[in-house]
Amino acid sequence: MSSLKRRGFTAMLGASALAAPGIIGAARAAAPLKVGFVYVGPVGDFGWSYQHDIARKQAQAALGGAIETSFVENVPEAPECQAVFESLVASGHKLIFGTSFGYMNYMVKVAAKHPDVMFEHCTGYKQAKNLAIYDIRYYQGRYIQGVIAGHMSKTGKIGYVASVPIPEVVQGMDAVLLGMRSVNPKAQLKFIMVDSWYDPGKEGDAAKALIDQGCDVLTQHTDSPAPLQVAASRNIPAFGEATDMIKFAPKNQLTADVNEWGGYYIKRCKAALAGTWKTENTWGGFADGMLAMAPYTNMPDSVAAAAKQAVADISSGKNKIFVGPLTDQTGKIFLPAGQVMDDNTLTGLQTLVQGIDGKLS
Amino acid sequence: MLFRLEPRGERSGFWSIGSPVLAILLTIVTMMVIFALLGKPPVQGIETFLITPIANVSGLSSLAVRAAPLIMIGAGLALCYRANVWNIGGDGQFTMGALAGAGVALALPNGAFWWEYPLVLALGVLGGMVWAGLVAWLKLKFNANEILTSLMLVYVANLILVWLVTGPWRDPQGFGFPQSAMFGAGATTPDFGSTSIHLGCALAPVLALVLWQILGRSVLGFQLRVVGQAPRAARFAGFSNARLTWIALLVSGGLSGLAGIIEVTGPIGQLTTTITPGYGFSAVIVAFLGRLHPVGVIFAGLLLALSYLGGDAAQINLNMPNAITGIFQGVLLFYLLGADVLILHRVRRIRPRATEAA
Amino acid sequence: MILSMVTTLAMSVVAASTPLLIAASGELVAEKSGVLNLGVEGMMLVGAIAGFATAHHSGSAMLGVGVAALAGIGIAMIFAMLSLSFLANQVATGLALTIFGHGFAALLGAGYVGISAPVLHPIAIPLLSAIPVLGPVLFDENILVYFAFIMLAVIAWFLNKTHAGLILRAVGDSHDAAHAMGYPVLRIRYAAVAFGGAMAGIAGAYFSLFYSPLWSQDLTAGRGWIALALVVFSAWRPLWLLVGAYLFGGITFFSLYVQGLGISVPSPLVSALPYVGTVLVLVLISRDARRIRLNQPACLGKYFHATA
Repeated sequence: MSSLKRRGFTAMLGASALAAPGIIGAARAAAPLKVGFVYVGPVGDFGWSYQHDIARKQAQAALGGAIETSFVENVPEAPECQAVFESLVASGHKLIFGTSFGYMNYMVKVAAKHPDVMFEHCTGYKQAKNLAIYDIRYYQGRYIQGVIAGHMSKTGKIGYVASVPIPEVVQGMDAVLLGMRSVNPKAQLKFIMVDSWYDPGKEGDAAKALIDQGCDVLTQHTDSPAPLQVAASRNIPAFGEATDMIKFAPKNQLTADVNEWGGYYIKRCKAALAGTWKTENTWGGFADGMLAMAPYTNMPDSVAAAAKQAVADISSGKNKIFVGPLTDQTGKIFLPAGQVMDDNTLTGLQTLVQGIDGKLS
Repeated sequence: MLFRLEPRGERSGFWSIGSPVLAILLTIVTMMVIFALLGKPPVQGIETFLITPIANVSGLSSLAVRAAPLIMIGAGLALCYRANVWNIGGDGQFTMGALAGAGVALALPNGAFWWEYPLVLALGVLGGMVWAGLVAWLKLKFNANEILTSLMLVYVANLILVWLVTGPWRDPQGFGFPQSAMFGAGATTPDFGSTSIHLGCALAPVLALVLWQILGRSVLGFQLRVVGQAPRAARFAGFSNARLTWIALLVSGGLSGLAGIIEVTGPIGQLTTTITPGYGFSAVIVAFLGRLHPVGVIFAGLLLALSYLGGDAAQINLNMPNAITGIFQGVLLFYLLGADVLILHRVRRIRPRATEAA
Repeated sequence: MILSMVTTLAMSVVAASTPLLIAASGELVAEKSGVLNLGVEGMMLVGAIAGFATAHHSGSAMLGVGVAALAGIGIAMIFAMLSLSFLANQVATGLALTIFGHGFAALLGAGYVGISAPVLHPIAIPLLSAIPVLGPVLFDENILVYFAFIMLAVIAWFLNKTHAGLILRAVGDSHDAAHAMGYPVLRIRYAAVAFGGAMAGIAGAYFSLFYSPLWSQDLTAGRGWIALALVVFSAWRPLWLLVGAYLFGGITFFSLYVQGLGISVPSPLVSALPYVGTVLVLVLISRDARRIRLNQPACLGKYFHATA
């Protein structure tokens, strides 16, 4: 049923190459640092949790005997998760990553009870002395999708299989449309909320409905490859939600945004080992190496070049994406010309830009 | 066939207690085999699954917190099943209870009235009763199968919850995330000291015991026993089936609703899109494992809660998949249902010339 | 343009309805014999992973469908043994089957996440598939769509026109009388439950090999329960099963389609439509108690214990 399950992409980062085993040789004498990961889905969801687990393995491989990682999967965003965090603490874990939004209030409670344990919460907004928060600027990748879609779409309409109307999804839809309009000022976006992060059947049905209504490029903000598979069976181009989704649509996937948690986890584990860990609010994107695009396939070289250029512009800070003037669906300007939306406003974004067809409930 | 089952004619007192014990033992053996097949040490596996989680105080309080809703819902379901009413929509009644109570908690100025918290609880009970009452009404008035209506209403309740927390009841200060504001201190379920144990943990067994007393001493309890064991006799005796159906569903819905409102005003502290991890379905196992008896339900609720904690511990310590919890619960219920045959029947060796083998 | 829109729409509805139809027709037969098996969702999931794994290793999607059917039978036999031989409560046993099947499939499937397997491809029927609209919708589909229609017809014929079907119904309506007449009540019920398991397994394979061709833990997302509801909805008549499955598939799809048109209704409320609709239709169908009694197997869910 509907839940706030988060999804994500597969990290491809060859993280093991990042760490020279010798560096952490000194730490080896001591007992390894126990690092715990808490996942909302099964590691086999081939999406969000799978993604974090790959990064966990990268961290383990990179830091070798200095850390000992373990994970708990399928932990609901409910009071039970508190027991899971407690038992991780009880079994000696000193650095604990909670990777779903709904853990927020429970992590705040547990962190307050255990000031000697370091906690990290992914996608939340409540920070504490021993509770850091981290997330990725997914909208940057969405913008690139928009740029590509602008070139590839003949009808000028992209379909967006959306999950639930949270700011991250709104940012995603706005960014896709802004990217698309940077190429084709008349471009439009249609979306369907499936009220679930993971329901392959329903996601696929939504994809079909969008195609039936004239969308000739498809993207998704849900966890399963089902929309991409539908795109492949209808032979229209689409964007993947996990790296090896190319396997699910070898002739139709254009690219996919790839979340790179691995580098972040390695960095934070190292800080914990060195005793320099402190609470932070990390919201990383292309520039920080936390987001990357999968290989550009099934598109002309010129389009791939345009996409690469757009990535470069975002990385260098030349293109900040949410830059005024931005017009909402009623035609009112909600970000005046020349202004850049600040992160605080962006974090709580609930406004759809003009050109998006459909209302948030 | 070499064996056949022969009705005892009465319930075996020995096997009423013996069958769950046998089922638990067989489940433990089966789990050890599964652990071995997964390449994990069987004895250590069982220890991790059943003992590690409750080896310390924080584990015990986690157990109580998880068991509380299971016991409350399970006790109500046990009553339903005794009345031959197959309510499997505990989750929906839980959710509607939470919504009804939360609506008041969000609307009232926080802490202004001493009666705020009792009112919130009462509305929680009422919300669950309305949702279960709907099932009773559909069954009695339109003859609609309660298994299906109660189940469909689970989905409906959940989507109403999603609609409210993504729309009208969304926290204006919550950065647009689908969650309500946190409930104020005036509408929060009190907890005890530094543990996570809250009022509901104490209330759950008390309510189960109260239900037991009512069932044991009232005419209602007598009627339920007759209906459960001999529906036809009950009809001849002139018991009103409709009345029993109403009572069973209203009590069960009320208990589920109470569990729901306590959960959101206590451990959760706000409304979110997921307020139950399927308590209503696990409570079905609790009801059966507890022999449809309120006291049995208390023990069954604790065991089921332990299986969740055990699944977490098995993951953390042995890297086992979370699916272990579901397998444990399923296998346990299989064995229990199988072993239950011994309560009313005895196994007899038979001579080969018997005609119909059963 | 309009024609092609109707065609694609209808194809989407057919695709969404087919697994419901397959699973529900298997359950219909089991219930006609007097056995209520609530484990459809669990059997579907086990079928889905068995079919997917087989197709992946053998390279044959068809073999996957076959193995899915066998896996469905295998797990249905646990249910049959407990509820028929050990006289366990059918409701509880069925629920246990769903819980167990969910966990068991997840355990088996742990190694199959994120990999692909051969999928079922559409098979066009010559000439018929060239008919506008109807052709692509009904005659250019994958084999399981044809299978669903054929099985439904076979079941309708079997139940109403054959002697064996008559016996099956007699067993469901009065096991004591059937037993007295010398029919092997338990053996017939075992067979009916096995058939239900096979169909549920195949419905599961439809998901993992065609509808959303991959393996994941919650692949069927509750559709086994919908299949159960459809059997009651149909009042145990095969033709109405067809109507119900297409109605449900249709409502589900249109509730998404409507959103895409930009109509401003809160999407969770639209998503609730199929469930509310099922309840309403259930009420309409059940209201006429006589009609229900006419078709509902009188012994549904009851124990049978041979005394003689």
